[in-house]
Amino acid sequence: MNSSVIVFPGSNCDRDIAVALEKLQFKNKMIWHKDTSLPKSDLIVIPGGFSYGDYLRSGAIAGKSNILNEVVKAANDGCLVLGVCNGFQILTETGLLKGVLLRNNNLKFIGKDINVKVVNTDNKFCNKYKKDQVLKLNIAHNEGNYFTDAEHLKELEDKNLIPFKYCDKNGNVNKESNPNGSLNSIAAIFNNNKNILGMMPHPERMVDKIISNDDGVNLFTSLLNN
Amino acid sequence: MEKPYQLNLEKNKLKFSVKITLKKNVLDPQGKIVQQTLQNMGMDTLKTLRQGKYFEIDVNENDETIATNKIEEMCNKLLVNLIIEDFKISKV
Repeated sequence: MNSSVIVFPGSNCDRDIAVALEKLQFKNKMIWHKDTSLPKSDLIVIPGGFSYGDYLRSGAIAGKSNILNEVVKAANDGCLVLGVCNGFQILTETGLLKGVLLRNNNLKFIGKDINVKVVNTDNKFCNKYKKDQVLKLNIAHNEGNYFTDAEHLKELEDKNLIPFKYCDKNGNVNKESNPNGSLNSIAAIFNNNKNILGMMPHPERMVDKIISNDDGVNLFTSLLNN
Repeated sequence: MEKPYQLNLEKNKLKFSVKITLKKNVLDPQGKIVQQTLQNMGMDTLKTLRQGKYFEIDVNENDETIATNKIEEMCNKLLVNLIIEDFKISKV
């Protein structure tokens, strides 16, 4: 499977995700944001970091870059797109994903391991996970508080477009286990076609038992399973 | 002595300000903390406070309608996230 990782000034998880992809046998290329064409890709990854220093709004400036026009075209043609953390913020700024990531409700940058529950496995990114499985992943963000209008929120729930929700160790989804105030404890969402996934937790940080755990591996192996 | 071409340049320049505010139903944690701090300092008359953004924009255009439309386009395309924010354009 061919993957492309988009690199912006201020990206800092680009090499981490490249290591994860290559470890799991993806043929990966790094693509600079000023490029105006994409190599043939089965998966496009918009990595985490602080593109353009989060100026104006997180992801706003990166969302208008040259390469994003190509990403939007490819995504609309059905290419798989994964946006992690700042990548999720960029996807909402381009309109590929609806909604917005507001500042964490406690006004603090949160960098810690958290738990998420796999709410929906019927998609190309999560088919190797079990439904209701509890994963330990890492978050590191200041704006991860997902917000959208009531109509879209209902659509997300009704059409199973939420793959991961924040939970506690035992899988309880509630106010206490929600780290950032995200609506309905949303940690990740899909577009209607489920080819675009935006998520705040970092799966690429959990691909090796020696340094952390490997709860993130199945997200990548699910993609290879299609 | 004033040079005529400089005067002309000034005449062609319009200035605008754009105020961006969070929509009413969007939580403003930063504004809330500022509000609480002011209230804790004894500012009893303060009822509510919301934080926003402010831009000053100069344009090379002497037609006010065209210029306003351009500023509106800037707001819609980049400056404002219409899901959570409202904006108001004023001529300075």
